[in-house]
Amino acid sequence: MKKKHLTHSTFKELRGVSRRDFIKFCGVMAVGMGFPVTMGQKIAEAVTNPKKRPPVIWLHGQECTGCTETLLRPSHPSLEHLILDLISLDYHETLNAGAGHQAEAAMKKSMQENAGKYILVIEGAIPVKDGGIYCKIGNRPFVDIVKETAAKAGAIIAIGSCASWGGIQSSYPNPTGATGVPDVLKDKTVVTIPGCPPNPYNFLSTVLHFLTFSKLPALDDKNRPIFAYGNLIHENCERRPHFDAGRFAETFGDDGHRNGYCLYKLGCKGPMTHANCPSILFNEAGGGVWPVGTGHPCFGCTEKGIGFNIPLHSLADVENITPSSVIAPIKSEQGKGMSKGSAAVLAGAAGAVVGAAAVITRNLGESDNSDKGE
Amino acid sequence: MEIRRRDFLKVVAGTTAMAVSPSLSFASSPGKKRLPGAMGMLYDATLCIGCEVCMVACRKANNLSPQPTGIQKLWDNPKNLSFETYNIIKKYQNGTGKVKDNEINGFSFVKSQCMHCVDPSCVSACPASAMTKDKETGVVSYNPEACIGCRYCQVACPFNIPKFEWDSPFPEIAKCEMCSHLQAKGEIPACCSECPTGATIFGPVESLLIEAKRRQNMEPGKYYYFPANSLKSGKTNEKSASKYIPRIYGETEIGGTQVLMLSGVPFNKIGLPDLPDRSYTSISENIQHTLYRGMILPVIIFGGLTYLVAKNKNNNE
Amino acid sequence: MKSEKPLGGRIFTIPFTIFFIIALISLYFLGKRFVLGLGAVTNLNDGYPWGIWITYDVVVGTAFACGGYATALLIYVFNKREYHPLMKSAILTSLLGYTMSSVAVFLDVGRYWQLYNIFLPWYGNVNSVLFEVALCIAVYTFVLWFEFAPTILAKFNLEKLQAALNKIMFILIALGVLLPTMHQSSLGSLMIVAGHKLYPLWWSSFLPLLYLISAVMMGYAVVMVESSISTLRYKLPDETEILGKIAKVLALLAGIFLVLRICDIALRGHFELIFKGDLLGNIFIIENVLLIVPVCMLAIPSNRKKPRVLFLSALSMMFSGGLLRFNSYLVGFNPGNGWHYFPAAPEIIITLGIIAIEIMVYIWCIKRLPVFQKA
Repeated sequence: MKKKHLTHSTFKELRGVSRRDFIKFCGVMAVGMGFPVTMGQKIAEAVTNPKKRPPVIWLHGQECTGCTETLLRPSHPSLEHLILDLISLDYHETLNAGAGHQAEAAMKKSMQENAGKYILVIEGAIPVKDGGIYCKIGNRPFVDIVKETAAKAGAIIAIGSCASWGGIQSSYPNPTGATGVPDVLKDKTVVTIPGCPPNPYNFLSTVLHFLTFSKLPALDDKNRPIFAYGNLIHENCERRPHFDAGRFAETFGDDGHRNGYCLYKLGCKGPMTHANCPSILFNEAGGGVWPVGTGHPCFGCTEKGIGFNIPLHSLADVENITPSSVIAPIKSEQGKGMSKGSAAVLAGAAGAVVGAAAVITRNLGESDNSDKGE
Repeated sequence: MEIRRRDFLKVVAGTTAMAVSPSLSFASSPGKKRLPGAMGMLYDATLCIGCEVCMVACRKANNLSPQPTGIQKLWDNPKNLSFETYNIIKKYQNGTGKVKDNEINGFSFVKSQCMHCVDPSCVSACPASAMTKDKETGVVSYNPEACIGCRYCQVACPFNIPKFEWDSPFPEIAKCEMCSHLQAKGEIPACCSECPTGATIFGPVESLLIEAKRRQNMEPGKYYYFPANSLKSGKTNEKSASKYIPRIYGETEIGGTQVLMLSGVPFNKIGLPDLPDRSYTSISENIQHTLYRGMILPVIIFGGLTYLVAKNKNNNE
Repeated sequence: MKSEKPLGGRIFTIPFTIFFIIALISLYFLGKRFVLGLGAVTNLNDGYPWGIWITYDVVVGTAFACGGYATALLIYVFNKREYHPLMKSAILTSLLGYTMSSVAVFLDVGRYWQLYNIFLPWYGNVNSVLFEVALCIAVYTFVLWFEFAPTILAKFNLEKLQAALNKIMFILIALGVLLPTMHQSSLGSLMIVAGHKLYPLWWSSFLPLLYLISAVMMGYAVVMVESSISTLRYKLPDETEILGKIAKVLALLAGIFLVLRICDIALRGHFELIFKGDLLGNIFIIENVLLIVPVCMLAIPSNRKKPRVLFLSALSMMFSGGLLRFNSYLVGFNPGNGWHYFPAAPEIIITLGIIAIEIMVYIWCIKRLPVFQKA
């Protein structure tokens, strides 16, 4: 295969994006996934190769379209750059140009042409109760559509908390039997990008990783990319020093809250929630733009069983990997043991006593003998 | 010869009785009982998050200087209770140390401070009454004016709580006095008022025991309300209950303590010794009291001895 | 009739000078202790608040100083007149031992300027074992001075005072028997409150009785050792016969002690700890072997006529008693939580200094005061 090099003309094809901006974007993506910046070149090549521009089929189930909205917000890449240049968005109910049978036909066509290659993105939970009748598209239960589309997909990504584990729909009493994608497609690897909404860069990075290396990034036990969900919010939180120093906001709006103290007592779930929110932030607006940064406790949207499940203002279990190393252990070696000096002095004294005793014993023996002699 | 043998037997019997009788009879007298108005603390290790804010609060409330450790001495980071540290949070870690309140491959925090025993060894041991137990609240406090610095309280304390000022020519003993100065003002101890999770709460011991028993009956994983700061504060935190060791440390240990402990990890693993229900104090006090009650026994023996010595001395001279 | 006379002779002999130098060095460290605090010269810590000073200088020291008590018990209570020649030197060692112990307590307590608080009724705590020990030791030290006073008065020819003292001497002697009985047993009671911190081989509610018997044993053993040394060094009349008789009493006491000790441990169910092979088990074995061997030796009548056997047996028993006290105050004491203690060099030197001063005063006394009987 002829390798296509990045030339100036390649970038002219990319409408409205300078070469400089594009390489910067690829570099940022590479760093976001924990690769060296130079890897950006490789990503750029993968993306600009038209043969590699991935076809994407995007399905919507029980959801609010917040995930799509968040994906449209970033400026790196912009909306048009994303859907026209980076990926080939063949089907997306919100963004489709066509509608009805036309759109369905486009999806069918893409599935056939790109069988085993396309990326399937699922947004929203899948109701499975009563044969899945609570969410239908084109008069077909969503669960059937998902199963059919997934059968030929090259990679499956569940975006958002709803798709990842059911989200708010699955909260008690869960009348529709809302279920996450991994539980419906049990025999497939489903990458989950939970969050309500998820950070768009986590999604984009996962897609680019797949494009560049033809494989999925390393995943954790909940199938979340480790580069994004490897750490607790608590571990990189900007308010962590306040936690360590014991400075807490007691109520919303009190002095502690105004001074940016730790939100743990207000129910922050950061200590039990894995996500990179404090590191990559939201909305490209600079520092502090993420829930905890704006003064609201984390509510654990990226963690199955926490967001939408446990009370908003209840105290979190602090699930550090290990307690802080500076905390004193139960048992610590204390006090001074034997030193050379003390041992020497003691040995000297003991020696003197033993010596004296020996001399006396010998002399006592002599007197004994002399007595007998007399 | 006759007299001498009889005298001999008398002395032997008297001396032996003096030393043996308390040793044999010690099982009879029970230790002291809980005071009805006793105030105490309940520390729940499963609620503790190791933030150490109680240590900071204690320092402020008692004017204690920070104790930085390590090579650089950057942080206030004591490793143990000391003359300047009345309260410390320590950690237990086992194996991978990842799961909170798990004995195996888990971790737990534990608070170390004066337990304010019902029958305190330090109070019994102190020859100069420098350690006293408040007759109402039962708080054990220290009076440097009385103290002679013999450190018998340190030997006696089953929890190694009293600490001595080793590097001073005019040393004192120091330990947690349950912020008596704050209690006098109607406030609660600093570690309780600052604890963010309600891991340490203040209140009458009787009520704390009821609260501790309520927690023991909780279903692990379910959400409950836990009082914060003190039982009367009205503040609560909502939290899922952990699996508790079915024992309230301090309920009966060494005759009972006014600081009670709950934990998910066995107590002997988090540095709290397995102690008998009977206080050691009551054993030694019983021996002393049997021997020296009203000085009757010593006076009788002294009389007998004086008689014998006088007689033998005169006989011989 | 034989009577006591000063031995005379030079004071500054070579051994005396060596003791004098040790005492001077210890004085330097004592200065440091009073200026900088206990932490500056000792390894004492919050886990081991009592170290070698309390253990050796007070607990072992007063037990070694039980010669006067043990001898008085024989002479005046059991009316064994034949032991009288040993009385004065025994009282002298007791006097010095107890005085030095009191000095050691003064050095050891942190707030020595308030030490008198114990004697103030509104501060004294009758529940405290240490209160009883302190009071008792203080009073006994005074009693010993009065008991020894005639010897000093004799030097200054104050016969009238001597006669007056002699009239009340029987009360002093009776006190001199009662008080050690009280506080030597209480020295054992002191460690009962330590509870789980003391290894079960030593923690026992019978500690007071064990300590009392052990103290009497050590008293006799010290009389035998001291008498052997003095006889040898100052060429005094041979006392082997009397010592042999004491040895018989000593063996009997040691036998009772051993039976009691083993029964107590077996009844409390800790017998297997003795043979665990660890440090504590082994040191317990050493402690008791040092007692069993002399008991076996002294049980044979012919051995009780050999000065060498008597000396070594007594010495072994002294060590055994000392070890019992060291074990129950330091070796078997474990506060947990990773605490360590081993005496620091200055700490040991101060103890050696106290011993040196004690021996120096003893030498001066026997050379200048009528203590020993000279033919």
